[in-house]
Amino acid sequence: MTIAGYFFYLFSIVLISSGAMVISARNPVHSVLFLILAFLNAAGLFVLLGAEFLAMILVIVYVGAVAVLFLFVVMTLDIDFGQLRKGMSRYLPIGILVGLVLVTELILVVGGFTMAPGAIRPVASAQVSNTEAIGRVLYTDYLYFFQLSGLVLLVAMIGAIVLTLRHRPDSKRQNVARQVGRKREDAIEVVKVETGKGIS
Amino acid sequence: MLNTISPVEAATGIALQQYLTVAAILFTLGAFGIFLNRKNVIIILMSVELMLLAVNVNLVAFSAYLNDLTGQIFALMVLTVAAAEAAIGLAIIVIYHRNRGSIAVDDINSMKG
Repeated sequence: MTIAGYFFYLFSIVLISSGAMVISARNPVHSVLFLILAFLNAAGLFVLLGAEFLAMILVIVYVGAVAVLFLFVVMTLDIDFGQLRKGMSRYLPIGILVGLVLVTELILVVGGFTMAPGAIRPVASAQVSNTEAIGRVLYTDYLYFFQLSGLVLLVAMIGAIVLTLRHRPDSKRQNVARQVGRKREDAIEVVKVETGKGIS
Repeated sequence: MLNTISPVEAATGIALQQYLTVAAILFTLGAFGIFLNRKNVIIILMSVELMLLAVNVNLVAFSAYLNDLTGQIFALMVLTVAAAEAAIGLAIIVIYHRNRGSIAVDDINSMKG
């Protein structure tokens, strides 16, 4: 077995076991940390497959943004997770049944899979890096999909802001109209002070 | 004679079926996690992320073995949608917890008649 083979088994075993820990960890913070480990190992598998760009995107976007967002929410909300774990064993048998059926079906399908002759495309003669090759396809053939994914992200961003924005009545905010509408008469007053007397 | 052995397999000695099996197990773990943590929305969202990751492993493996970049483009789109889904889902959890003080799935039935 080659070095790549050893690394494939290393990444796969860590990926699957951290995936199992994500769903079974007692503490949700540990779940998020195991999710990060799973993403890192999937990025390792992508590197083995020659998809370096997607591997780096996975590390940057998932580990850097999504997993940290999960961690932020888990740590911010005051939730009694012990309460949420009650009644877990009630659905365990049907869960195991569904899982076994699903994994058996999927592995049967995968085991019988053969590549059609001619399905494998010939290797391109020009040696370009993975990032450049993706860019050449993404910005030409799939330009509309690229724009559409940007639109999806924009809508998600606006949706998340609109959902979580809250106007507190007691917060001190700048009222621009009041500032602009301020007149000289409201602000200062000229008083003629007689000698020997103060301002009443 | 058209070759049925991918250049990637020839170079690394790992068959496409091995990647597909890993992805299948990961997908099943994600589906099982939804059953296991029926009450905890955050863990359910993480299970959905695991399932999407398994799909991405499948797409990238096919892309590499068939020597076709379309799979990687598709995986990129899946990543985009998954990030958007996580952001919206967590925003809903935060606002629900702010309004009701709980995120137990069984309590989320106020739309029921």
